Amino acid sequence: MRTGWILAAACAALLLSSAPAPAKTLVYCSEGSPENFNPMLNTTGTTFTANRPVYGRLTEFRYGTTEVEPGLAESWEVADGGRGITFHLRHNVRWHANKNFRPTRDFNADDVLFSFERQWQDSNPYHKVSGGGYDYFNDMGLPGLLAGIDRIDDHTIRFRLKQPQAPFLANLAMDFAAIQSKEYADALLRLGRPELIDQEPVGTGPFEFVAYQKDSTIRYRAFKDFWGDKAKIDTLVFSIAKDPAVRLAKLRANECQIAPYPNPADLPSIRADNNLQLLSQPGLNIGYLAFNNLKAPYTDRRVRQAINLAIDKPSILTAIYQGAGQPAKNLIPPTLWSYNDAVPDWPYDPARARALLAEAGFPDGFETTLWAMPVQRPYNPDARRMAELIQADLAKIGIKASIVSYEWGEYRKRVQNAEHGTALLGWTGDNGDPDNFFTPLAGCDAARIGGGSASKWCNPAFEALIRQAAASTDPAERTKLYEQAQMIMHAEAPFFLIAHSVVFLPVRKEVSGIRMSPLGVMRFDKVDLK
Amino acid sequence: MLRFLLRRIGLIVPTFIGVTFLSFMLIRLVPGDPIEVRVGEHGIAPARLAELRHEFGLDQPLWKQFLDYERGVVTGGLGVSVVTREPVWNEFVTLFPATLELSFCAISLALLVGLPLGVIAAVKRGSVFDYGLMGLSITGASMPIFWWGLMIILVFSVTLGWTPVSGRISDMYYVEPWTGFMLIDSWFSDDKGAFASAVSHLILPAIVLGTQPLAVVARMTRSAMLDVLGEDYIRTARAKGLGEGRVVVVHALRNAAIPVVTVVGLQVGALLGGAILTETIFSWPGVGHWLVESIQRRDYPVLQGGTLLVATLVILVNLGVDMMYGFLNPRIRR
Repeated sequence: MRTGWILAAACAALLLSSAPAPAKTLVYCSEGSPENFNPMLNTTGTTFTANRPVYGRLTEFRYGTTEVEPGLAESWEVADGGRGITFHLRHNVRWHANKNFRPTRDFNADDVLFSFERQWQDSNPYHKVSGGGYDYFNDMGLPGLLAGIDRIDDHTIRFRLKQPQAPFLANLAMDFAAIQSKEYADALLRLGRPELIDQEPVGTGPFEFVAYQKDSTIRYRAFKDFWGDKAKIDTLVFSIAKDPAVRLAKLRANECQIAPYPNPADLPSIRADNNLQLLSQPGLNIGYLAFNNLKAPYTDRRVRQAINLAIDKPSILTAIYQGAGQPAKNLIPPTLWSYNDAVPDWPYDPARARALLAEAGFPDGFETTLWAMPVQRPYNPDARRMAELIQADLAKIGIKASIVSYEWGEYRKRVQNAEHGTALLGWTGDNGDPDNFFTPLAGCDAARIGGGSASKWCNPAFEALIRQAAASTDPAERTKLYEQAQMIMHAEAPFFLIAHSVVFLPVRKEVSGIRMSPLGVMRFDKVDLK
Repeated sequence: MLRFLLRRIGLIVPTFIGVTFLSFMLIRLVPGDPIEVRVGEHGIAPARLAELRHEFGLDQPLWKQFLDYERGVVTGGLGVSVVTREPVWNEFVTLFPATLELSFCAISLALLVGLPLGVIAAVKRGSVFDYGLMGLSITGASMPIFWWGLMIILVFSVTLGWTPVSGRISDMYYVEPWTGFMLIDSWFSDDKGAFASAVSHLILPAIVLGTQPLAVVARMTRSAMLDVLGEDYIRTARAKGLGEGRVVVVHALRNAAIPVVTVVGLQVGALLGGAILTETIFSWPGVGHWLVESIQRRDYPVLQGGTLLVATLVILVNLGVDMMYGFLNPRIRR
């Protein structure tokens, strides 16, 4: 009898649960939970995507590109040889409201000053709130770059830099440069709960934060007073599902309309499904094998070139990336401006490789170490297996490579200290500026012992070009300089460049207006449901 | 009785020390510490690394870290999550109702279905039904939860479209978490369809989590019933001319239920273990899901505190079962 009641209740529930949906709701199957609601404090894409709907920045990346366009700053002027940048702030930009806060004024220069000083100055009352630790602000070198920020009037603010830096405008479009409300911060201080600023966010973005249920859902609603084009949907929901198989099942059942990070094995069935579309683009990343240019025999260019000729790149792409990789010939991915397509790739040519090695004085090859990362990274799904394939290719030209691995933290530290012969590693870009690849990976500063570069390569001609490009604010000139730099890098071969991994995004066919960002952060304000 | 109780409680202290020690040591044997594991290719400035290590006490020798942790446990402080910087206790309290709700439904399912099945199998001993049921229960008890969960999602949610894939309620509804129990909160919500949606979301995870206890309950009921049905007082009852239904339900099942209740109590530990997997598959925002995440993030305070709280629960339930058993069966009190 009781069983009967349960069955009856279950059937009733099923019938009722198919009730019609109110307004236009877009559900995004998020791959994880955000750490909190302040992108200044975090470095993960999951947290950035959860914060993008809420916050605005002075500059923005144009939808689906890495180009910089005006955001909360309507326009700007560069003066003093690139050392002074004056921003003219947008008028009539409204702040979101919540149960603890009703804004009494619009966005102004005080908010910009507060948001940067919070990250920069120990004396700011919010500097230590939520544990402090502004990793991106520090990683992008802002403490060493900023000389001062001057509030000129309510809608004008000037950043003074210690030296000119062209990528600065792109840095301001990054997630860590989100603008928080000073008025909200002050109100929370009076309330004695400053940490709420990072848990119940107030921003100027296209969506207002409604609620977060830990590990379950985040809800937003379209902000009706948003200064720009209003969002096409009314409600945005993040449904958190960590398992890729479950995300795909939810997408198929139309419980969500966008489900990122599919299992590579599921790609063929997603393509075959008429209810789904599969978007893809090369990620803003590079996976490579770095030669330790401080150690013989890698000080000899011919040895580096020989290895570039000896490794069968297409086989690696098939075996390791399984179709989710694009062969790399430049350090930067093709989605980045200034990518030089005229650079040729090294062909697979073991005979020529052997000849080059002989010419360099190693007719019988040599012994070396081949380091493989212990972790899966976006640019390298399986470093260990990749190392085995490379090892086999190198053996064919007489190079005996022994595979070495350490725990991830230890691995990075030892590579930075140049203990390796060759090492697999890679990079994921931050701000869509070519400088963000060339300087940390191949600049002379990073090549010192303990610096971030794995190749430890320092080439004066290359260095001069990238320095000149970083100091210029003219995109056309910078493009030309980076194109030349890529030619030098190809000839000098400090890396064996492997691949840019391809990022896939399965979405329902009802979804329109969606564009993947090369920076890997989702945006929902232009997305619509048919 | 008092001595029995004291002895049982005395055993709890070493169990707690063992649990805290194991949860403390095991995660530290996994390579990568909470700070390093979150650092990408950028690396981290040595000064910042030292600052964070100091903040979470990771720069102290292991024995000191352990003593500090024990002191925290005794004084009621479980620490703060390395990732979210929320107190571990607050996170546990937010998430635990979801786990409790799921476990309660799973165990109810196991009892409501398992008991009658076990009784029927015992009464029809040796029949096709009996053999079939026992075969199924072995399958149920040995089925890996991960596989079973994904299969059931594929069949009922994706192919047939009868039930939702995952989560606690449809994303169309927003229910204010007053009690944290979705069935209760959605019942009192203004959205009329919310409760039905919550029920439909519970069906699959409750079946998956309830399968193993169901199999155990069915087998246990069957064997306990078989023992009881052979007793003299059953023969007496039949000889009195009582109907077979009355004999089975009133005279036999009452007595057979004692070992079954004990087994159900002991299943609580297994149930919480199963909840970890079930919650992961169904994106069920409970304690299990939270603990798995904390391992991946090497969130030491969450893992230690969470394990301790779950272990406490299992210990308390087992103590309760032991006491009840001692109460029911005077022979073990000595």
